[in-house]
Amino acid sequence: MATRASTRRGISIREPGQQRPWLNFTELPPISPLLVILALLAALAAGIFVVRIFTGWGLVTNLNDNYGWGLWKGFNTLVGIALGASGFTTAFAVYMLGKERFHPVARIAVLVGILGYLSSVFSLLIDLGHPDRIIFPVVFWNPESPLFEVAWCVMLYLTVMILEFSPAVLNRLGLRKAEGIAHDAVIPLVIGGTVLSCLHQSSLGSLFLNVPDQLDPLWYTPMLPLFFLMSAIYVGPAVVIFASTLASRALGRGLAPDILSSLAKVIPYLLGIYLFAKILELLIADDFHLLFDGTRASGLFFLEMSVGIIFPMLMLLSARIRENVSWRFLASLMIIAGLMLNRVDVSIISWARPADALSYTVHPLEWGFTIGLWAGLALVFYLVALYFPVFGGHGDGQASD
Amino acid sequence: MSHSILFDAHLCTGCRGCQVACKQWNDLEAVETTNTGSYQNPPRLSDKTWLIMKYNEVEQGDKVQFVFGRHACMHCEHPACATACPLEALHKTEEGPVLYRADRCFGCRYCMLACPFEIPTFEWDQGMFAGPWIRKCTMCADRLSVGREPACVQTCPTGALKYGQRDELLAYAHQRIQKYPERYVQHVYGEKEVGGTSVIYISHVPFEELGLPADLQDEPISHFAEDAMYATPIAAVGLAVGLTGFYWVVRRRQKMAAQKSGAGSKE
Repeated sequence: MATRASTRRGISIREPGQQRPWLNFTELPPISPLLVILALLAALAAGIFVVRIFTGWGLVTNLNDNYGWGLWKGFNTLVGIALGASGFTTAFAVYMLGKERFHPVARIAVLVGILGYLSSVFSLLIDLGHPDRIIFPVVFWNPESPLFEVAWCVMLYLTVMILEFSPAVLNRLGLRKAEGIAHDAVIPLVIGGTVLSCLHQSSLGSLFLNVPDQLDPLWYTPMLPLFFLMSAIYVGPAVVIFASTLASRALGRGLAPDILSSLAKVIPYLLGIYLFAKILELLIADDFHLLFDGTRASGLFFLEMSVGIIFPMLMLLSARIRENVSWRFLASLMIIAGLMLNRVDVSIISWARPADALSYTVHPLEWGFTIGLWAGLALVFYLVALYFPVFGGHGDGQASD
Repeated sequence: MSHSILFDAHLCTGCRGCQVACKQWNDLEAVETTNTGSYQNPPRLSDKTWLIMKYNEVEQGDKVQFVFGRHACMHCEHPACATACPLEALHKTEEGPVLYRADRCFGCRYCMLACPFEIPTFEWDQGMFAGPWIRKCTMCADRLSVGREPACVQTCPTGALKYGQRDELLAYAHQRIQKYPERYVQHVYGEKEVGGTSVIYISHVPFEELGLPADLQDEPISHFAEDAMYATPIAAVGLAVGLTGFYWVVRRRQKMAAQKSGAGSKE
């Protein structure tokens, strides 16, 4: 598909005789079962969106006055932004720490970042009572509210990420001059992006500082903002491994395997620091005994820490696992799953509710929207990867795994 | 000076006059009753019910006793909902009531999470063009503004609900529990809880048996996120300066290293 001779009109940067792995803009994407399934799921999400906008929440969710936030905000929005942190961590490593060997990762990391943030924005749009007012924080200010800060930072950072990704697009369009400007702006963008990310990743944790009496003490701590930031940082490389492994399966090209395994080498340290900080916090707050009281909360905490932190940390310490595609993929999946569990624990599950509170089970269509949304974004990722050099600029070659 | 309501659980007969008066004055739609095995109906607050009487069955020795708890907005002195609201749609007025400005609200429902009393409710069955707004007790601010007392207070036949200025009601509440120490728990709920509330309670049974959250700290909830939020602008500037400096140092080192190693070459 990708090697078809390009004699048609269209902008091409192909050198004569060189095989270019991405498609011409005039070429349609090849229809595959994957493409169709993703598109159908995305259409389902769009349908649910319309129903919600016109009829409210009753038909498509089980939200109620005791569970004001459910899957869409407690899970989608929080997880999307956390997974989107891959963009800022990778850009920081490459441009600020000078880890040039990760340069080919930067572009895919930023693309995944953009899609992660977009998943949060779309989830907010369906979840807000008045999605048409989503930009109200620009006008009405309450700087005391963590949500106010999150809203501002997300708006700004999404812009930063789009600018960071723009060289790939400008290059592909042949706009060399604009590409040069975008390249020159990269350092200020990376610095700005890092600042904004640190602020709102931690502010997402601050959101739950306002529920001291309701959130379980295993999770409630003044350090919540820091924990949210730290977990966004450790999940970044895992997301890159996850996305680029899947993408190379679908596309037949990808990152060189040694890059992914050296990326995996960083993860155990990040996980270790987080684990250490979590245990230290429980000890200092004198909540350590709560781990062993046999409640549901302690069970969830153990699950979160073992599947999401300890097991993948131990796994990725082994070079054999880091260099094995499937095992490395599994470890990154576990880290992502652990982070997801953490976010729902904090935002929905591990709360003390009054005895007469209503209960909440996720409505099938809430799942429907979530899955459809992610399918839609995966589709966007797939299409972008078909037409643009996403696996680094010059290094975008045939996959070796 | 701020408007305030005192609820004296000992004097309440559970007639639900306040609940009906609230519906009437605020023109709230009736809700179909549901049997949940108690007299309490509707079972909880909603967008159409801003005040309910809780019918708690409390065991005292070998007897079971009804204990009636008024459940509606507490109009906190430092409301968690107002701190949480990113748009200041919910705000504490100088006069006492915590009020809502629908023209600012974008329906994020963070107020519902933050409220320790689970008060704000939402119009879940409204599409985007028909609402949906946050609904809750306004302390009948419209009545207060013309010098009348809240509808629930006006209706109460036994004097279990009293309206007045907060300091006067606090003084009255203390006087009453001291006068009848054998009847009342020696505590005025809402005097200090979460920084104080404009609706205060005295009771003959422990307050959690009225359905109020026990063990709330005296610190306003706004204080918990305050440090993190005030640190934000400082952190932003600090990080930006720090990172720029850091980058400058890294670049300089790289350049110097390049110069050293490439001293003889064309560079």
